[in-house]
Amino acid sequence: MAGSSGELTISSYIQHHLTNASVGEGFWTFHIDTLAWSIVLGFVFILSFRAVAKKATVGVPSKWQACVELVVEFVNDTVKGTYHGKSPLIAPLALTIFVWVLLMNLMDLIPVDFLPSFAQFVGGQLGHDPAHVYMKVVPTTDLNMTLALSLGVFILMIYYSIKIKGAGGFLKELYAHPFNTPWLYWFNFILEVVALLAKPLSLALRLFGNLYAGELIFILIAGTMGLWQLPLHFIWAAFHLLVIPLQAFIFMMLTIVYLSLASEKH
Amino acid sequence: MNINATLLGELIAFIFFVWFCMKYVWPPIIGAIEERQKKIADGLAASEEGEKALELAQADADVQLKEAKAQAADIIEQAKKRGSTIVDEETQRGHSEREKIIAQGYSEIEAERNRTKEELRKQVAALAIAGAEKILDREIDAAAQSDIVEKLVAEL
Repeated sequence: MAGSSGELTISSYIQHHLTNASVGEGFWTFHIDTLAWSIVLGFVFILSFRAVAKKATVGVPSKWQACVELVVEFVNDTVKGTYHGKSPLIAPLALTIFVWVLLMNLMDLIPVDFLPSFAQFVGGQLGHDPAHVYMKVVPTTDLNMTLALSLGVFILMIYYSIKIKGAGGFLKELYAHPFNTPWLYWFNFILEVVALLAKPLSLALRLFGNLYAGELIFILIAGTMGLWQLPLHFIWAAFHLLVIPLQAFIFMMLTIVYLSLASEKH
Repeated sequence: MNINATLLGELIAFIFFVWFCMKYVWPPIIGAIEERQKKIADGLAASEEGEKALELAQADADVQLKEAKAQAADIIEQAKKRGSTIVDEETQRGHSEREKIIAQGYSEIEAERNRTKEELRKQVAALAIAGAEKILDREIDAAAQSDIVEKLVAEL
């Protein structure tokens, strides 16, 4: 278990695991663990895929190229099946979201104490109080991370709406739907704005909620089960193994769906 | 669970990764995939075409083979016929040659015999005359008695 100084209770153990390593004050606080892990994993994604892209051959592919092509083709098929417009952005966006989120979710499978304990050890060596060295390794359990992704998608939704339907068309969609009578326009507007905002919000909260809950259960098992945690961790990890790619896929799929809705004229 | 500047940092990272993916990762990979798909489709079409061509060629070869066989049989038949006619002709010719040679032989023999006969007759005549001369023991006018001798000779 974690922690070496001070009293160790279950709640403090959990609390410790759920605290981000942060610098700064107020709004200008940066969760450096979230940032570092997500950016490292992002680079793992783009560099490993870039390695294939640089040497992409039409002939017999290498094993790694075949693997990457499998993912790329899967994403490409999904995008083609859902998004009927022509955009050079949607497919790479979907690929980035899928692989990046998948990699970040996979951090959940690393034993919960492994990286935090290591960070505490390093922090202790550097002269910090290990009890106050925090390390939250799954970036998608940080609402800032998932909100950043969904905010990016939201910006693109509005961009595509305005680009394809024009500013007027976009606004008209907000007030002239579902009740096409002038005296109900105000009501439509409220409904549609809520619906519009609910899209990125639900996108972010779904991913965050699933991963946060999964992580919390790992921590609970580690904190309360003693030796029983070994089989229980295994069972929960096996179950979570389904959740991890599923959530990555859902995030990607909904992104494509939202963007295709945004760029379709009604 | 507080929203803070991390969100801005992640947003920038997200935009960077998407931009990088769109610019340097997606196009070459999907390009390679699509080109390979095209190549495979072309290859399949070509193989199908090749198969069809092979089938046609095989049918053609079959027809030609059949024709050649028929022709060969024809030629053999003709050669056989020709051979037998040649043999017949030669036999015929041999026969006639033989007949001719035999006939020639006969006629030569006949001529020889006639000549010998003539010779003999002449000698017999001379002998008869000489005999008669001796018998008569006198000179006979050969010319006066020759018609009798001639008659005698002719009777031989």
